[in-house]
Amino acid sequence: MHNLVYNCVLALNDPEPSMHTPAKQLWLGALETLPLVVAAFPFGIVFGAMANTMELGLAVTVGMSAIVFAGASQFIALTLLAGAAALPVIVMTVFIVNLRQMLYSANLMHHVGYWPQWQRAVLAFFLTDETFAVVSDRLNRHPGAPGLRWFYLGSAIFMYSFWQLSTALGYALGGQIPGLSDWGLDVAMVVAFVGIVVPALRAHADWACAAVALVSAVLTHDWPHQTGLLFSSLLAVAAGMLISRRRGHE
Amino acid sequence: MNEWLLIALMAAVTYLPRYLPLALAGKVRLPPILELGLDFVPIAVLTAIIGQSALIRDGALDMSLGNYHAIAALVAFLVALVTRHLFITIVAGLACFTLLKVFV
Repeated sequence: MHNLVYNCVLALNDPEPSMHTPAKQLWLGALETLPLVVAAFPFGIVFGAMANTMELGLAVTVGMSAIVFAGASQFIALTLLAGAAALPVIVMTVFIVNLRQMLYSANLMHHVGYWPQWQRAVLAFFLTDETFAVVSDRLNRHPGAPGLRWFYLGSAIFMYSFWQLSTALGYALGGQIPGLSDWGLDVAMVVAFVGIVVPALRAHADWACAAVALVSAVLTHDWPHQTGLLFSSLLAVAAGMLISRRRGHE
Repeated sequence: MNEWLLIALMAAVTYLPRYLPLALAGKVRLPPILELGLDFVPIAVLTAIIGQSALIRDGALDMSLGNYHAIAALVAFLVALVTRHLFITIVAGLACFTLLKVFV
């Protein structure tokens, strides 16, 4: 057991990912996603339980998690369904919520130019906030290191399987949700994201970008369907660009 | 409403934004200004998520000392500044949160 923990710490410290085998990359990707999986688990439980309460069938609930695989979108769809929204309204809203992930995909364009198209098509399905966060952390710490696909896949499989597990579990538990959502497990995501963002803050423009994102996200938190998140991200990107152009490329 | 139709359409509008830019990688050249902007995406989006998750509790801004999420985030921020180390940052943030939950 101690040996395992020691290996984990060592793995996360390792400055030479080029030495790693695909299996080790898979494992590293999963390992770095662990806090985010823990944070997402209660949300999956709540989603499943909510779907059960709304008398959505088990197949539909599990099917939505398996085929759509997008936490925020799934919650919004349930909420809109409960409010008897029309189908085009739900689909349009989900689309807007997911535009954030188009930014992720565009950000990764640099790094996937040599991947075969089928691999991009497969990995794109798993491009959640969580997997993007750990992948971008790896790109920040080890730019250009090989094995990114395996690392990504490790994160993706881990995230995907636990999302399925948690929504199915939530559905099974139905009304008897264990107070899991009161434990505040989402704090794991917050501190993991902090640990990912802070080392990426180098130039003044990076700090400006982060500051604008933080303040704007708080001010726009009550905008509908996470549009505040999208707006704040774009505003923060603009702020970063403005500062870096003004100061020259640092 | 046909639930499976809804799922199919949701899957389409979830998958396409995730895939389209990746599909075009290496085929289109983005204007330099856009490339510069995309570099800021991880910081911008992740910080926005941090802001809403740590400071908005139960639907309202909570800057009080009772907001353990915010305190843990602040501790994680300071630890990350000093160590620049993901694993240590996570452990420190979670330890801080657990201590507050258990003892305060």
